[in-house]
Parts: sequence; structure tokens; C-alpha cells
Amino acid sequence: MLKYIFKRLVYILIALWVIVTATFFLMQLAPGSPFASERSFPPQIEAQLNAKYGLDNPWYVQYKDYLIDTVTFDFGESMKYKGRSTNDMIAESFPISLTLGIEAMILAIGFGILFGVISALYHNKFPDYLASTLAVLGISVPSFILAGLMQYFLAFKLGMFPVSGWKGFAYSILPAFAIAITHAGFIAKLTRSSMLEQSNSDYVKMARAKGLGKWTTVFKHTLRNALLPVVTYLGPLTAGVVTGSFIIEQIFAIPGLGKHFVTSITNRDYTVIMGTTVFYSIILLFAVLIVDILYSVIDPRIKLRGAKK
Amino acid sequence: MKKNNFLLLSLLLALSVVLAACNFGGSKEDSGSTSTDGTSSKELNLVLTSEPPSLHPQLATDSASNAILQNVFEGLTTVKDGEVVKAMAEDIQVSEDNLTYTFTLRDAKWSNGDTVTAQDFEYAWKFALNPASASEYASILYPIKGAQSYNEGEGAVEDVAIKVVDEKTLEVTLENPTPYFLELTAFKTYYPIHSKTAEANANWAADAGDNYITNGPFTLADWQHSGSITLEKNETYWDAANVALNKVNISMVENEATAATMFDAGEIDFLGAPYQTVGLDVINRYKEEGILNIQDYAAIYVYKFNTTGEFTKNANIRKALTLAIDRQGLIDNITKGEQTPALGMVPKAIKGFEEDRGYFKDNDLEEAKKALAAGMQELGITDPSQIQINLSINTSEAHAAIAQFVQEGWHKNLGIDVTIDNSEWQVYLDKVSNLDYDVARMGWIADYNDAYTFLEQYDSAKNGNNDTGWEHPEYASLLKQSITETDADARIELLKQAEAVAMSEFPIAPVYYYTNLFVKKDYVENMAPDSLGNVQLKYVDINK
Amino acid sequence: MAQKNQQFDKISPEMFKIVGGRHGDTEKLSDKSVSFWKEVRLRFSQNKLAVFGIFVLVIVTLLAIFVPIFSPYSYREQLGIYNAAPSAAHWFGTDDLGRDIFVRVWQGARISLFIGITAAVIDLIIGVLWGSIAGLAGGRVDNIMMRIADILSAVPYLLVVIILLVVLKPGLIPMIIALSITGWVNMARIVRGEVLSIKNQEYVLAARTLGANTWHLIMKHLVPNALGAILVTMTLTIPSAIFTESFLSYLGLGVPAPTASWGTMASEGNKALTSAPWRLFFPAFFISLTIFAFNAVGDGLRDALDPKLRK
Repeated sequence: MLKYIFKRLVYILIALWVIVTATFFLMQLAPGSPFASERSFPPQIEAQLNAKYGLDNPWYVQYKDYLIDTVTFDFGESMKYKGRSTNDMIAESFPISLTLGIEAMILAIGFGILFGVISALYHNKFPDYLASTLAVLGISVPSFILAGLMQYFLAFKLGMFPVSGWKGFAYSILPAFAIAITHAGFIAKLTRSSMLEQSNSDYVKMARAKGLGKWTTVFKHTLRNALLPVVTYLGPLTAGVVTGSFIIEQIFAIPGLGKHFVTSITNRDYTVIMGTTVFYSIILLFAVLIVDILYSVIDPRIKLRGAKK
Repeated sequence: MKKNNFLLLSLLLALSVVLAACNFGGSKEDSGSTSTDGTSSKELNLVLTSEPPSLHPQLATDSASNAILQNVFEGLTTVKDGEVVKAMAEDIQVSEDNLTYTFTLRDAKWSNGDTVTAQDFEYAWKFALNPASASEYASILYPIKGAQSYNEGEGAVEDVAIKVVDEKTLEVTLENPTPYFLELTAFKTYYPIHSKTAEANANWAADAGDNYITNGPFTLADWQHSGSITLEKNETYWDAANVALNKVNISMVENEATAATMFDAGEIDFLGAPYQTVGLDVINRYKEEGILNIQDYAAIYVYKFNTTGEFTKNANIRKALTLAIDRQGLIDNITKGEQTPALGMVPKAIKGFEEDRGYFKDNDLEEAKKALAAGMQELGITDPSQIQINLSINTSEAHAAIAQFVQEGWHKNLGIDVTIDNSEWQVYLDKVSNLDYDVARMGWIADYNDAYTFLEQYDSAKNGNNDTGWEHPEYASLLKQSITETDADARIELLKQAEAVAMSEFPIAPVYYYTNLFVKKDYVENMAPDSLGNVQLKYVDINK
Repeated sequence: MAQKNQQFDKISPEMFKIVGGRHGDTEKLSDKSVSFWKEVRLRFSQNKLAVFGIFVLVIVTLLAIFVPIFSPYSYREQLGIYNAAPSAAHWFGTDDLGRDIFVRVWQGARISLFIGITAAVIDLIIGVLWGSIAGLAGGRVDNIMMRIADILSAVPYLLVVIILLVVLKPGLIPMIIALSITGWVNMARIVRGEVLSIKNQEYVLAARTLGANTWHLIMKHLVPNALGAILVTMTLTIPSAIFTESFLSYLGLGVPAPTASWGTMASEGNKALTSAPWRLFFPAFFISLTIFAFNAVGDGLRDALDPKLRK
């Protein structure tokens, strides 16, 4: 196991290097600059700006700088937000996105699995139809529409929640739901389908024959094995959700990390693009690693080293 | 073993819940607006569209930064109700040849108690001009003698004609008589900064706190990046007695609909540029409620023509396209903000240009068809459907709707096929500046109230803001004459003649002159943007 | 113990009676033989929800084909009545440019259905192959293939789209390319996970021992057993493609305006939530309805194909 993890860490480092390299060249290729605006300024000023931020260096020098930044995990000053370091920007906004993300994940997993189990247990009966319909609605109504509707009706018309901002738990409920619902719908569908596959397995029949109740069987036996595809989905999903959602943060005016992923690119704020990309990549790569480790915990038949010849 | 795993998982889950709960109480607990009773405290609640990229007066470029800066700093002059009034300057003497300005400073204090000195101005201006500072707005200081060559790395700082006579006297010599120079001294790049702090700490403007020393009506009390900004009344401000507000809470809300909902819910007291905008979704409702205010704005929305394009190189084709835009229909049905159809290049909010100059009529289909026929003949085309035009836009605000409206008009009335080509903002800018387009939308907002800011960009095809490839010797020479003309009326006449030259060849199709829309609560008094879109919170009062 | 024996003791020949023997027809099937696909079809047609789904999809497709042809209005024609509520003349109302939303919805259906289905099929093919090969091969191959997937999902997507925008002319093909670059990653991960758990099960080992090649293993054993998860993932791919399309159109990669798609109509309509809610409602409703139909069909298909659910 340790050897496996060590090997994976090596792969993570290689993957990170590829990501940094690819991102660097994409940034180089994309037209625009952090200083571009409708109002152009004299070429001399542009040259000064490029010199100040090292954009006049040949590409290999800039590339080397980004590699050093990544190794030391210090991405330097934002080119758009004067005097602000990329690290500070991430450090200030990530805890907010993390909090919201964890809340959303709990909701998504909780409701998703609950609905999925209900659907599977009452397969092709009314509760299944109801739960499945809700799940499909969740999947097909995107979060930006849902967020707008909830904000307008629940927060403004009914006054049940604050409209926007980030000043306490009450402020996080609507955004967390808006993020969670699509994922909950998908988790429900996934759980339902793999529960159905398991429910006709011998071991489930055996458990029922032993006299275990419907729900006990679910929680002691079926669910555990049915969770495998869900866990696969959850790994990358968690990485995405805890690093923030641009649209939800925008609608609810939450100062989270999600916006930096988008605005840094539209601003061509190169240092912030690289910083957020590396940060997200690390979280994603580790989330995927954890999923793989969980596989063998959930299903001992899965061997991490791969197929035996 | 199995059970242990699940126990572990649920423990982890519980732990994360606790962790999650931790973050709420933290630094963001800033419910200033609700904690105290608003009746006596004179607090104003606003929203800003985005995090200000910089609150350094010499480095800031955008309207969000400007909205804050103009309330925490004050220049030598300020613009009140469209008129230049003295601010930090107590007295201004202009030499006979209009080239030398002598400013005598009033006895004003910085927020830390220090006196505002002429050195503070000199330091700030020279900081902006220093090539090493890479200030994007430095060119607005170019009217000052020696400024341009220093900023471009040719001249020396000693040759910049900013002279500190004594602590209270600043003498500035200009390159050319610049009639709008006192408008410029109200602009943010001309604000003073506390030179001692700025010298000691180059990053003084990155955060609120002891280093952020201001000389305006408010201080920057708090700055939660990407979250909120709090301004508090500056007790050391020279005119503090006339500042009514004690506190201004500004949160950053990027979403237009959210801002409108906040206004409806009473969470904010004012909505309208620069403090977010009144979105299309709510305009009609606010109009019906009778609370929508509309102000002229010194800004223009234009369609630029690529005068080197396959079809748009022909002036008659450009004329036909310009005339065949139903501006009033567009304004009434799409943009809805009671904008003025633009039939010239300078908005009517600019002094001397209030009246229409009569270059062409709005939606003049007859003339348009004539011009089209003439243009097609010149190009050797027999059928308008042979003309293929790309209409380039960046997709934001109402650009897409406006483009589709114009597209349909050109298609229906002229029979020209128009393809809308929308791009991401920076890709779009790249296309426009490389003349990789036929027709492209662009907006232009005045920095100072003078027609020159709208006309100067077309003085040569090389001008970075021209983007049309158009130039005209007569136009360029008229603009040049206007720089040295000292008589105000004669100067405006020259600028109008230049405008007429351009409007005979149509490098651009003017679409409309912007307006600023805003709504405010009844108890907010004296709060309205001026023609440059500035809102001076200094004069705002709250009477609940 | 003793009691049990007693019961056996009580068995006597009188308790049995000869009912006569059946001769000759013991080997005969009592019912007609039903082929696998026929049975699938039969089981599918018994699933009311699935049949309803097919019905909806057929109707939506027919409307998408015929409404734009026969409608008195065209999708781009500006009628001069702006943001009008639904009425007899305009069943779904008009939009901000005064265009009939009914015809735009069906015009938009063409693009959205095409994009949704194409993207889903491409994701399906790449994802299933990638995931099952990685899972089956294991070891280094698995590690490299899955890290490539990770890399693709970590590199800023927006940047990739911007590069595509510069390189390609806007239209449907660049759109499909942009959707397919990362769209399949989710599918690949889920399939790989399933394959990992299936591949060491007895029937797979048996097939291998019998000399089945990789292709056979994937198509005959792995895919059918992972079918549930695959179908569910596909039902997520379609709506996400429809909405990513509107985002990509926003950036300038899609079909140029005034061409409509459900995604762009919904996101434009979302901005008029309070003043003209029908502009959001109709495209959003048909997106949901179509996704619902796809789901119902997918679920029905899964049930019908699952040999374990045979009655």
C-alpha cells in the first residue's frame, strides 16, 4: 500500500508538471494581456508594464519562473489587483469556498443517497417515480437558474433567507442548496442504478433470507457495494465544489475562490491563473488518489496494483 | 473492521461539519448596517460591481476604483454640478498665455493630521510619470510640459514642469494651453498622495489601515477584499462640517439581478452607476413605480468601421450602414434608458455640443439606399446580397441584443447579409486593434468634460484608440489648431468642423449617447451621478 | 430429534397416488422461444414511463423538424412587439427583440438536441473505451491513462476554449470539439471504477481463461455490467452539454446570433426573470422535459437489458 501511494505521488508530480506546462503555453497563446482595455495607452507605457511584470522576458525565462513559483508555492503579485499577492487571494477566499463546499457536499450526498435508496427499494413504484422525477429535475435545471429563482422567491419574496452576502450560517443555506441540487440528483440516479444491480446479487438475497430487514440489508450490505460509482464521482466533484462555484458566488455575492478561476482568465492575470490552477490541480489529484484508496476499502476484491498476469 | 471504517467515515463527516461551522463567525462578521439603528447614524449602503483592482490614485484605471477614490481623496479642483470648483487649491492663478498655473493650497490635513503640501502633489504626479511605476493612466498628465518625454523614458524628471514654490504653492507649466486643464486636476491621477508613507511603503494602497492616508471627505476604514469596503467620515477633512454621512457600507455584488433584489429588499439605498447598474429586467418596473432617474452621461456607443475592409472601405457603404440604423427604435425597445440617438461623435452632455449638428438623420432609409446604390456602383457590385458584413461584438450587457436589432435592420432595409461575430472580451480587443473586423461596437466614456477626448482618437490611423484605419489630413490639422486656440468658442468651432469632416466619411456609425440610470430610496438626498458618471458622496445626506 | 424420526415413520404408501405420466413432451417448451432482443423490447414496452419517454422524444423531434417550417414567423424575424406575454398569436410570448418564442424554442431544439446527443455519444465512446482499457490493463497503463484524464480536467478549460476561439471559425464543429475535450473524463472515471470491481469476478476470469480477447471482454462483459452507471452518466452529459453550449456561445464559439438554442435562450431569459418570466420558462421547461424523457428511456433500457431483473 505504501509503495503504491509513493508511486502515485510520483505520478502526481509528473501530472502537475504537465499541467503547469500546458497552462503556461495556453496563456502564451491566448491573445490579450492583463493590461488590455478599451482604452489603449501609449506603447511606451505598455512596454513599462511588461517590463515591470517580467512579460518582456523570453518565454523560457517566464516558463522557468512559473516552475520555480510552483515548486516554492509562491506565485507572486497579481497583475490585475495591484499589490495583492496571489497566495493571499487564495488564502482569503478558499476557506469561504471550502465551508460552502462542505455544506453543499453534505447536502448532495445526504439527499442523493437517500433518494437513490428509496428509488431502488421501491423500484418502479410511486416513491421511485417521485424520487426519480425530483432527481431528474435537479439534473436538468442548472444551478444558475435555480439560484436566481431561490434568491428571488425564498429570500426576497418570502424573506426566509438573506438575499446575498456572507455574514453567517443563514447566508450559506441557499447557495449550498443551489450547488448541491444538481449533484444530489446525479448521485441519486447513480445510487439507484447500482443499488438495483446489487439487489439481485446472491449476497443480498442471502441477507434477506437470513431474516435481515429491508433497510438493515441496505445499510449493512447493498449500499456499501453500490457506493463504488458514487465514490468515483465524488472524488473529482469534491475537488470542484470546495474550490468554489463562479456562478453561485456571483449570484449570492460570496467572496469565494471560484470567481478567481474565471476572472483571472478573462483578465489574463497570468500569476493568478497559474496559482489557482496549481492549487486546484493538487486538490483534484489528491481527491482522485483518495478515491482509488477508498476503492479497496469498499471492495476488497479491487487490488490497487492492477491486474495480475 | 467494516464497522470501524464506517465509524471513521462518519467521524470525518462530523469533523468537517464542525470545521465548516467555524468559518462563519470569522473575519466576515461585519453586519455594520444592521447593528446600529440607521435613523441617527447617517449610514449609506451601496454595492459595487467588482473588487477595485487598485485603490492607488495613480495606478487605478477603472470605474470601481474610481468610485471609491473620488470619495477618499481630493484633487486641486473638483467638479460639482458640472462646474469646476476649487478643492485642495484655495487660489488658482493662470498666466496670460494660459501656460502656467499657480495653485495655492488651502490649509488641509491628511487623515493622520499631517498637512497636505505641494510636495505631496509633486510626488504623486511624478510617481505616475515615472516609467518604473508603469502607471496605465500616466498619459492624462501629458499636458504638463516635459511629462510625456519623461514618461516615455526620453526626458529627465527634472524637466517635468511641476515646481514646488513653497509648501503651499505649486506651479505647473503646460506644453500647450489646455482649456480643460482644471477639469483634469479633478481627475484621480492628479490626486495627491501622502508622500512620506508612499516613499516608505510602496504597497501602501493594498489594504485599509494606518498606511492608507487620505485627504478626502472619507477614510477607508475597512477593506475586505472581494467582499466589502467601509468608508467613514474623515474628521480632519477641511470641509468636514459639510459632510453629512458618517459611514458608507459598500459590498461587492457582481450580479445585476442580485443588486436589484437588494435594492427592492431595502438592503441598499441607491442603485445605479458606478454603484452597480439598473438592469434591463427592472427598468420598466422602476419606471412604472416612478422612481427611475435618468441623467445624461458623457459617453457614446458607436459602431466602428474597418475602413480597410473589403466592403467597409467604401465611404458610401459606411454611410448607408450608418443611416440605416433605427436608433430611436433601438432606444425605445431594447436599451430602454432614454438614451439620445447619436447623430454626431460628441455626446450632448459635453459643453458646446448640446445641440444636434445635423450631419444626418436617424433611420434615414431613403438616403441610406441612395448611398448604398452609389457605394455598390463604386465597388462594382450589382446586388446588395453580395455584400457580406461581419458585425463584431463582445458578449456582455446588451451588445448582443443591440447587434441583432441592427443586423435585422440592415438585412431588411438594405438587403445586406450581416453575420454577428461575438468573442470573449480580450480576443475581441485583439481583433479590433488588428483591424480584423468589418463593423465593431465600442464605447467611449469621457475622462473630462471636453469634446477633445472624443475626437482625439481619430487624429491618425496610428492612434491606439482609432481602430478604424481612418485618417484625414484636414481632420488632423483642425484638431491640432484646437490645441493652441485659446478662445473657448473658436476652439469649439474648430472641433465641430473636425467632427463634420469625420461625419462626411463615416469612420464610425454613432449609435447613442449614454445615460446613467439610477434609483434611490426617498430618504437619500443629493445623490446623483454627474455627466462624467461621478457620484460625490460628500454632498449626500440621509433623512429618515 | 426423536419427533422428527417419528414423522418419517408415519409415511406410508397410502399417502401417494399415481397421477399418470407425461410421455414424449417433457423436452418440449411450454411457451414459444423468445429471442433476447425481443424480450428486451417486450420488457421495455411494459415500462410505462419508458414508453412515455419515447413518446415525448418523438414529439419533440417532430416539432423541432416541422414547427420552423410551417410557422408563420421565422426565428429571426423581429415583429415589433417586445417582451409580450404568451397569447393566442404567440403561444410562448415574444422575447426582448420581439421574436416569437414558440418558433425559437423549436428552432433551438434542433441545435440543442443535436449538440446534446452528439456530445453524449462522443463522451460515451471515448469514456467507455478509455475507462475500460485503463481499468482492465491496470498498473502503469491505468495510472498514465487516468492521469491524462486528470490533467485534462485540471488545465483551465476557459483558456482552452479561448485558444479554440482564435484558431477555429465559430460553428457547430468547434462547439462539439470544445465539449468533447473534457466531457468524457467523468465517464471514463466511472467506467474504470466499475471495471475495477467487475474484472476480478468469476465470470470475467472464466471468460479470460477461455481465451476471450480484450474487445470481447469489454463489449460482452464489462459494458453490460456497468451499463447502469454508464446510462446515468449519459443522462447528466446531455443537460450539461446543452448548458455548456450556451456558455461557449457566450464566449463566441457557438452558432452566431440570431440562431437560437435552448441553452442560450434560457440563460438570456434568466436575465428577464422578473419582467418576462416566460422567456426563461419555456426553454427551461423543454430542456427539463427532454432530459426527463431521456432518463425515463435510459432507466427503462437499463431494466430491460438487465438479465438479473428477468421475471
